[in-house]
Amino acid sequence: MPNGTGSERMFSLEFTVEGMDFAAAGDVAGNLKRALQQIGLDPGTVRRACIVVYEAETNIVIHAYRGRITMEVSTEGISIVAEDQGPGIADVELAMREGYSTAPQHVREMGFGAGLGLPNIKRSADELDIQTKVGVGTKVRAFINIRRPESGGGS
Amino acid sequence: MSQYFHSVTLDKSLCKGCTNCIKHCPTEAIRVTGGKSHITEERCIDCGECIRTCANHAKSALVDGFERLSEFDYRIALPPPAFFGLWKPQSEIPVACARLLSLGFDEVFEVALAADVVAEAIRLLIEDDNHPRPYISSACPAVIRLMQVRFPSLLPNLIPLEAPIEIAAALAKEEAMARTGLPPDRIGAFFLSPCPAKVTAIKQPVGRSRSNLDAALSISEVYGAIARMPASKVKPITIRATPAGISWGGAGGEAKATRIKAAVSVDGIHSVTQVLDEIERGRIQDIQYIEAQACVGGCLGGCLVSQNPFISKVRLVAAAETYGAKQPAVQPVEVGRLLGDHRLSFDHRIEPRPVMKLDADLAKALAMMRDLEKTLETLPGLDCGACGCPSCRALAEDIVRGNALKTDCIFLLRQRVRELAEEMVDLARKVPPAMGQQTPEPAAGDTAGERAQETTGGGRDDSR
Repeated sequence: MPNGTGSERMFSLEFTVEGMDFAAAGDVAGNLKRALQQIGLDPGTVRRACIVVYEAETNIVIHAYRGRITMEVSTEGISIVAEDQGPGIADVELAMREGYSTAPQHVREMGFGAGLGLPNIKRSADELDIQTKVGVGTKVRAFINIRRPESGGGS
Repeated sequence: MSQYFHSVTLDKSLCKGCTNCIKHCPTEAIRVTGGKSHITEERCIDCGECIRTCANHAKSALVDGFERLSEFDYRIALPPPAFFGLWKPQSEIPVACARLLSLGFDEVFEVALAADVVAEAIRLLIEDDNHPRPYISSACPAVIRLMQVRFPSLLPNLIPLEAPIEIAAALAKEEAMARTGLPPDRIGAFFLSPCPAKVTAIKQPVGRSRSNLDAALSISEVYGAIARMPASKVKPITIRATPAGISWGGAGGEAKATRIKAAVSVDGIHSVTQVLDEIERGRIQDIQYIEAQACVGGCLGGCLVSQNPFISKVRLVAAAETYGAKQPAVQPVEVGRLLGDHRLSFDHRIEPRPVMKLDADLAKALAMMRDLEKTLETLPGLDCGACGCPSCRALAEDIVRGNALKTDCIFLLRQRVRELAEEMVDLARKVPPAMGQQTPEPAAGDTAGERAQETTGGGRDDSR
């Protein structure tokens, strides 16, 4: 469920994501895209943020039991935190490699688990931090700078 | 008023103010206010979904009338490929085309011929490795406008080629000038449009400053005029387009004509939206080309076409096989030359149209977005449309923009009324001591229950 809290100059959204809920995969990214377009960010920034969120939410759906995605938009950028309770990532470096995936066969048959999730996040985010503990869960933190071609956007 | 031209229009006298159209608009451009539908001009992409969903036929597509023929010395009719699918199997399509001349045209130029040209040009272009993948077809103007509003990040993926109608008109006028010696402004190019999006694309093009076409007639009006003509001998017209160019008019026709193997054909604006979403998320790696058409069935399903698109698809394919030319009218070498001379490309960039933006100032837009989400939490989330907005979220947006009130929501209004009524009953019970009040009111729950019953006959508080 969305949650519109945050400080003065910030807009934030928060959603919970359930593991294996493939029908809902993409909802969080869809909500974020709509909000960012209404905020009026440039198409490239919107797209990068949505890719990060989409991949983060599908990662939770595919691998975790449940998780929560928090997105905060300020005049500086978009901060995305995806925290899940799940198996964790045994080898982060390996997981960052394109094409590497631990997704089970039935998930791959649905067209997911191509091993592009984390690489896509890395490509799209300006900052990325992954903290994970095997058997506990994973916390992915990403930041996307707002590109402002025309000045005077702030204050 | 004059900033935007829209073919999609509303006849206020027919609009009952129902909320069918608002729900189907892909850009949430419609609101019902004052009992009538109202289209926000900057958001409308002329896809025609509202025309299709309006049971009262209050929405229609504005087209040019036949009287416009008199403005020119030489008049060219440009039937789209879909025109070939309108006729019953036994009809002689070359004869049907010839009857266009009886309507006052001097020449018939098939858009399908230009579809052959575009298909060949796409085959040549698709080899360019620097272009973002997948390529997205630029043939449907409603899809281009949808992308400008909702998928601006995908605009660079568009095939940088004009739609066949523009290329057809350019080629037709060139031929006519050579043949007649008339100046270009005396030659009129008339498109027989299957949809409002193409009418708008002619009146207010996105990829060029001025259209090569001069007017857009309704394809069904022209069809009707030909069908009503008494049988008479006419010299059949030689069809110059190939079966591939003719098939372009139906969904899947582009993919077939271009012979691109890894091509997705998607039709219907809502399905197109889903595929564009997938592309935007980087989920489509293996696809080279996206044929996207706003209408179900492709141009055969345009809202100015009265035939059923699924039936006319079969007829289109049959007509293509029967009447299509064996060889393309414009040879591949010539297509390459036209492409090299930039004769087939847009003359300006297709820019995003950020019409959803809440405010030009980022900080202010952020604050408004916060208000929007807060407002949305107070709304019932039923998306009933009774407020005249397509969804609770759209109402929240309108409230934040200052275009609507919270009490436009009938559920919130009802709640307010109930609260007021409860307060009134409460106050009515507060009898002054001089009028006989004996003991102060008990705080127990039984009277509260009584009260709720009196006021609303069991409200939602009781359900706990």
